[in-house]
Amino acid sequence: MQRVIEIIKEKAGKLLADGTVDRVIGWKDGEFFYDPTPAVFSAGELENLRYDSFCGANVSKYLIAETKKEGKILALLKPCDTYSFNELVKEHRVDRDKVYVLGIECRGKADINKIRDLGIKGIESIEELPGDELLVHTIYGDKTCKLNDVLLEKCLCCKSKTHVASDDLALTGEPMPEAPKDRFAMVAKLEMMTPDERFEFWRGELSRCIRCNACRNVCPACSCLKCVFDNDASGVASKANADTFEENMFHIIRAFHVAGRCTDCGECSRVCPQHIPLHLLNRKFIKDINEFYGEYQAGADTTSRGPLTDYTPDDVEPSIVMKRGGDQ
Amino acid sequence: MYQIEKARLGELFARIAASGELILPVENNGTSQYGTWTPEVEVRLDRLNTVRSAKDCFFPQTENLMGFQMKGKEISIIDQRKPCEPFTVFGVRACDAASFGILDRVFLSEPVDTYYQSRRLAGTIVTLACGEPEETCFCSVFGIDAVKPGGDVSCWLTEDTLFWKSLTEKGDALTEKVKDLLTDGDEAALKAYQEKISAIHEKLPLKNLSLEGFNGDATEALFDRPEWAELSEACIGCGTCTFVCPTCQCYDIRDFDTGHGIQRFRCWDSCMYSDFTKMAGGNPRLTQKERFRQRFMHKLVYYPANNDGIYSCVGCGRCVAKCPISMNIVKVIKTLGVKNHE
Amino acid sequence: MSIEETKKEYKPLIVAFCCNWCSYAGADLAGTSRLSYPADVKIIRVPCSCRVNPLFILRAFQRGADGVIIAGCHPGDCHYTSGNYYARRRMTLLFSMLDYLGIERARTRVEWISAAEGVKFSTTMNEFAKTIHELGENKKLEDLRCKELLK
Repeated sequence: MQRVIEIIKEKAGKLLADGTVDRVIGWKDGEFFYDPTPAVFSAGELENLRYDSFCGANVSKYLIAETKKEGKILALLKPCDTYSFNELVKEHRVDRDKVYVLGIECRGKADINKIRDLGIKGIESIEELPGDELLVHTIYGDKTCKLNDVLLEKCLCCKSKTHVASDDLALTGEPMPEAPKDRFAMVAKLEMMTPDERFEFWRGELSRCIRCNACRNVCPACSCLKCVFDNDASGVASKANADTFEENMFHIIRAFHVAGRCTDCGECSRVCPQHIPLHLLNRKFIKDINEFYGEYQAGADTTSRGPLTDYTPDDVEPSIVMKRGGDQ
Repeated sequence: MYQIEKARLGELFARIAASGELILPVENNGTSQYGTWTPEVEVRLDRLNTVRSAKDCFFPQTENLMGFQMKGKEISIIDQRKPCEPFTVFGVRACDAASFGILDRVFLSEPVDTYYQSRRLAGTIVTLACGEPEETCFCSVFGIDAVKPGGDVSCWLTEDTLFWKSLTEKGDALTEKVKDLLTDGDEAALKAYQEKISAIHEKLPLKNLSLEGFNGDATEALFDRPEWAELSEACIGCGTCTFVCPTCQCYDIRDFDTGHGIQRFRCWDSCMYSDFTKMAGGNPRLTQKERFRQRFMHKLVYYPANNDGIYSCVGCGRCVAKCPISMNIVKVIKTLGVKNHE
Repeated sequence: MSIEETKKEYKPLIVAFCCNWCSYAGADLAGTSRLSYPADVKIIRVPCSCRVNPLFILRAFQRGADGVIIAGCHPGDCHYTSGNYYARRRMTLLFSMLDYLGIERARTRVEWISAAEGVKFSTTMNEFAKTIHELGENKKLEDLRCKELLK
């Protein structure tokens, strides 16, 4: 059976050769196998293209800049990346006509931090074995682990194995693993805590924030040309959290600004150097939106109105917050 | 040279903490961070690196400089400098310990940064040799010996014993305070341990990284290299690499309007940010390529040019491990260096 | 009560964002009708309740507010047709998020007060001020720099 990377290379090669596209955006090798970098390839460079369990990065945001350039680009998008892509198309940030989307299959992506948390140190290289097993070569000897045990947080609650935007697909036809977890379980658990417990929980998490802005910069929904936190004229511009208030403010506003547009792609949590569970903020908004205004999945299409750019005359009143679960 | 049983480390920490704050790597929701020791914290000496470096102890991310108070038409200035109480940092790795020398050259040369200086004078550094280095480590490339980590006191932690060796006057003073807990060290056992971990360090994949081609005179040769475009292509412009770095020392001075007055403070800045060194006339680095280049040129060319050829990287590997898109100084060195080690 | 005790007595600071067309006029009517509302309430006039950016609310807390209330036209009566409908969704989500972060949910409120409802303005503000007074000082969303330095 053909491996997915071979299918991708074959299709990408053809599209480059017949002039349908001029460039390809995907991932290229890193230093240790587990650290590929998003990259743009031209014809003749495809041998450096790779796709495996460590290509967790969502490349859809790069298309904002790429579609401003001449020519058409082939984007390799995993199912969850296509949601981000749709959202960017809907917001007119990406020119759909300049992108050829090749939907690529995804069995879930590995989190190198979780591999390290298993006590595996000094990782020199990793091999993918059949049966979703990873063989890790380290300077302390070989170790193995199951892909399923080291999945990225976003993959634990995989929203779909189906692409919502694509011009062509690269699939092996192999059966896909199931997504087992309820993505709102932790949010619901937090909601049932007392306010003081919740406050403690978030202080414990947000106090680690170093304001590197990685969560913001990697987010496909954060596409403002100039962020309010970088704009000196806004009065809230800051390069560091000089007070605990600023930790709270940054994360409330970051999550609020993508509310209704966040597809739950999980990039914010993936890139956080401090392992702050930022997806729990986004998922709170998603859960509330689903409960108050009906089920909504950002990025499922390119035409519907987002929940915060829409209303109905009989929406719930803000006072509903006073009546909801958890003690006060 | 002294030693103490590993099981009695709690007593040692309690003793050190009795005479001033003790800062050491502690558990924080699955990460290690430098934090103040209390009997309740979970000390993590098993993890190699803390997320943030030990630089924080001397050069914190934010620091108040002075305040301005307005009363009517009067403005008064409040001096917010406080005398720094003596403190000890324990468990500093060789790379972080070497970073202090790099920071000293910036902050302790004229004009002396008194905020930094007061912390440096008050702090005693107890280092810890790296028994289980990671693949991201490349301190040996910069001449740092992780087996002999330096500092005021050097420590080695084996399975059951902590070896303690004072190297400076500050180290002697600290040793004096804890001496009755320590016993004479077994030199042979320490030597055996050092040899054992040296052998592991020999196996590190990045140990042969060559810095040939990077020096204070390399600006012209490197500045306009076309590879910068490809290297920086995926950079998302976050500040992760600069904020976890033990040697990044750029800062910004800002005024915060409290509504009644002004709080002037400084905070770390990042060359990856679009407003880095922004001036009235605009920004000298317009695209991410230039900002990205600045970081590596500063570490490998500009800093050596002004500091007797010393690089301002210590090979701790934090940026290698933490970059969201896995672009890092190792890839830059390999791409632009004279020798490509495959 | 001695003068010293009066000085120490907790005086909450409440920020009220009032829409220009309804609630601000409602405040006016309360005034001309000689209805009182607490002096702790500081009104900021906005063109529409949907002008209130979540940052305004957070910034109010940062600068020392203990409670923030947003008052706008009744749903359906917006001067700009639909501004308050959008504001309603935004504030619902924001308040829910503040609650999720453990911040007292009674510190924030939205009320719809028309230009004719001077009485409602007065009672709402009195009641809100009482709630905030009972809650006490805002500790969870404070910025110490604004409190410590330079008061």
